Amino acid sequence: MEYFLIIISAIFVNNIVLAQFLGVCPFLGVSSRLSTATGMSGAVCFVITLATVVTYLLNTYLLVPLGLEFLQTISFILVIAALVQMVEIVLKKTSPSLYAALGIFLPLITTNCAVLGVAITVVSKEFSFGGAPHLMNLGEATVYALATSLGYGLAMVLFAGMREHLAGNDVPKAFKGLPIAFITVGIMAMAFLGFSGIV
Amino acid sequence: MSKFSIITRGLVKENPTFVLVLGMCPTLATTTSAMNGLEMGLATMFVLILSNIVISLIAPVVPDKVHIPVYIVVIATFVTVLQLLMQAYVPQVYATLGLFIPLIVVNCIVLGRAEAFAGKNGALDSALDGIGIGIGFTLSLTVIGIVREILGSGSVFGWKFIASDGILAFVMAPGAFLVMGYLMVLFNKLAKK
Repeated sequence: MEYFLIIISAIFVNNIVLAQFLGVCPFLGVSSRLSTATGMSGAVCFVITLATVVTYLLNTYLLVPLGLEFLQTISFILVIAALVQMVEIVLKKTSPSLYAALGIFLPLITTNCAVLGVAITVVSKEFSFGGAPHLMNLGEATVYALATSLGYGLAMVLFAGMREHLAGNDVPKAFKGLPIAFITVGIMAMAFLGFSGIV
Repeated sequence: MSKFSIITRGLVKENPTFVLVLGMCPTLATTTSAMNGLEMGLATMFVLILSNIVISLIAPVVPDKVHIPVYIVVIATFVTVLQLLMQAYVPQVYATLGLFIPLIVVNCIVLGRAEAFAGKNGALDSALDGIGIGIGFTLSLTVIGIVREILGSGSVFGWKFIASDGILAFVMAPGAFLVMGYLMVLFNKLAKK
């Protein structure tokens, strides 16, 4: 039950882009075509989940026992950069077709603030899903990371679908490009506010 | 390029928010009021100036292949310094801005300036560039914050001018995107003239 609440909350209620404003740059950058948006969502989903598990273990078994919590920011970003690099190398050897499909999006994931954002959130914020407030354990952290990245993918794919239609419409000149995209996301965020009562 | 124009360039022509559209996450998330926007802008400016200076000094000796990781470590170091300073002296501000202080590490503006400017220019010019872009970023965030605060809670910098509540949606997530979109339209319109 608790896992179920985490999933619903992370995907709909606290959607990472539409409610928490993480990962907005790539969200706007690669959402002009549905196919690239899907590829990017897949890659981000994989990296967020993997990075969260690794940084969670690093934090719990190395940084906290040694009293080095202030090194979180530096060590997490290094872990993420190394992971992205490693994923890139592994994919290149094992699945060249997927590697080609993701293309330049892979290295860009390092600077996607959603990855670092989720990694820091799970080790620092207290949660209370149907129980006393507590820091997440590894299982909850993994589920949270997976659900959050699914929420990212959902928002991205929905938005890319809308943007493909927007491209063919006659928009006033000053609104062309990003301004109309921002307004569209605003209306989408308003729609997602409707979920806020369910958890 | 004169020293003065390095600073002013960041305000309008290369405004990080409305023209380059970089660093959107903190821009949208922390501008719920004018004061929050201003504080976030200043925090980013601190990291921007210091990392620009250090990167411009070490750039000649950093091998080309590893320059991005090296830059990220430099930036992360200054973000950690900022985190510790803020926790010690302004814990209230640190609590409000929350997650977005450590996230300055992945703010594309900081790495973008390191890559595009500080890596190729001297220390003084890089510092000025950091100041210019920093002021541009701070001003943009403050403007967005002012608009959202007026519409959302009927006040400016905490000074309330109408008795009733504002339109709550402008303080919440949708308002950030809407205000950003319309301000961008305004900026496009004014900058073209």
